Amino acid sequence: MPDVEAYTGLGDWTPDSLLVPGVVRPVVSAPHAVLSRASDEVDPTAAETVQLAADLVATMRVSPGCVGLAAPQVGVGARVFAVDVTGHPKAVTVHGTFVLCNARVVEATRWKPGREGCMSVPDLTGDVKRASRLVVEGDLPGSGEPVRLVTDGFEARALQHEIDHCAGLLFLDRVAGAHAIYQRKVYL
Amino acid sequence: MNELAITVIGRDRPGIVADVAEVLARLGANLTDSTMTRLRGHFAMTLICTGPAAAEVEAALASLTAEGQLLATVRAVTPDGDVPPAGEPYVMAVHGSDRMGIVAAMTRVLVDAGGNVTDLSTRLTGELYVVLAEVELPAGVADTLVDRLHRTAAELGVEVTLRPADPDLL
Repeated sequence: MPDVEAYTGLGDWTPDSLLVPGVVRPVVSAPHAVLSRASDEVDPTAAETVQLAADLVATMRVSPGCVGLAAPQVGVGARVFAVDVTGHPKAVTVHGTFVLCNARVVEATRWKPGREGCMSVPDLTGDVKRASRLVVEGDLPGSGEPVRLVTDGFEARALQHEIDHCAGLLFLDRVAGAHAIYQRKVYL
Repeated sequence: MNELAITVIGRDRPGIVADVAEVLARLGANLTDSTMTRLRGHFAMTLICTGPAAAEVEAALASLTAEGQLLATVRAVTPDGDVPPAGEPYVMAVHGSDRMGIVAAMTRVLVDAGGNVTDLSTRLTGELYVVLAEVELPAGVADTLVDRLHRTAAELGVEVTLRPADPDLL
C-alpha cells in the first residue's frame, strides 16, 4: 500500500494531463440498468480509462449546470467520475476540474441536508443528507497516482453523489422522506 | 365535537384552497391536519376538521361542486387520537420502469413484516416511477425485510433501498 498521506491534493494534475481530446457522450437517464449496478474497479493507467476520463470532462463541460458526471451516466460501468464545482455559490473548498478512479470515502463527518439534482434524473430534485467534511482517496487517470482529497461543503456533496453513482446508487435512494423529492421547476 | 374527514379533488385552478377554506371557516369548522397538493394537474385536498355536522358541511360545499369541476366528500369519523408508533421509523425508496402493481407488491412486503406505512408519495416522470414510503417497523425485522424487499423488487424489475429515517431534530 502506498503512503496516501503523502499524496494529499491533486498536485499538478489537470484534464490536459490526459493528453487525449474528450468526446461528448450521450447521458443515460433512469430507469437504466447501468445506473443501478455497482461499477467495476479500473486500471487508472489504461488507455480506455484515460479516454473515458477525458470524455467525462468533455460531457460535463457541455452540460449546463453540471458539477459532476460518473461513468455509469454515460453507460459505462466503471468506477470513474469527473467533478468541477468551480464558481458554484455553495462551494467552499474547490479543487477545480478533476477525475478520480476507484474513489472511496475514508472519512465523512458533519452531516447536513441539501437539495440535489442529477442529469440522469432530469425531472426531479431531492433532499439528501451528506457529510460536509469529507476525505476521499482514489487514483488519478493517466499517471495512476494515488490521491487523498480533503474537502467540504458543496464539493464534498458532489463527490459523495458521484461515488454513489459508481456504487449503483442514485440520490433517490437516499432522500430523507416521503415528501423529499420535488418536480424540477428550473432547468439550469 | 364532530370530527370530519373531508376530501376535495378537481382540475387545478387558482383559488381552490381559499374557496374550500372559506366555506369551512364560515361554518365554524376548524381545520386540523391536512395535506393539499397538486397531482398531475389535479388539486387534491385531504383534511380533518372539527365542528359542524357532516350534512351541514356537505351542503355548504355543494356551491363549489355544482359545476362538476370539483368533487367533495364529507364523512364523520371517530376521534381516536394519535396511534402509538408501531416501531422504528424507516424510509423505503423504490424506483424503476413504471408498471402495474409496484406499490401493491412492495407495501405488502412491509405489512407482512409488521410494518405500518405512515406516509407515502409516488411520482411518475417519463418512464421513471418513484415510490417513497415512510414506514414504522417492529424492532429487529429490518435486516430480513431488506432481503424480502430485494427479492420482490427484482421480480418487478425495480430498485429498492430501506434506510432508518433520520432521527435528527433541530
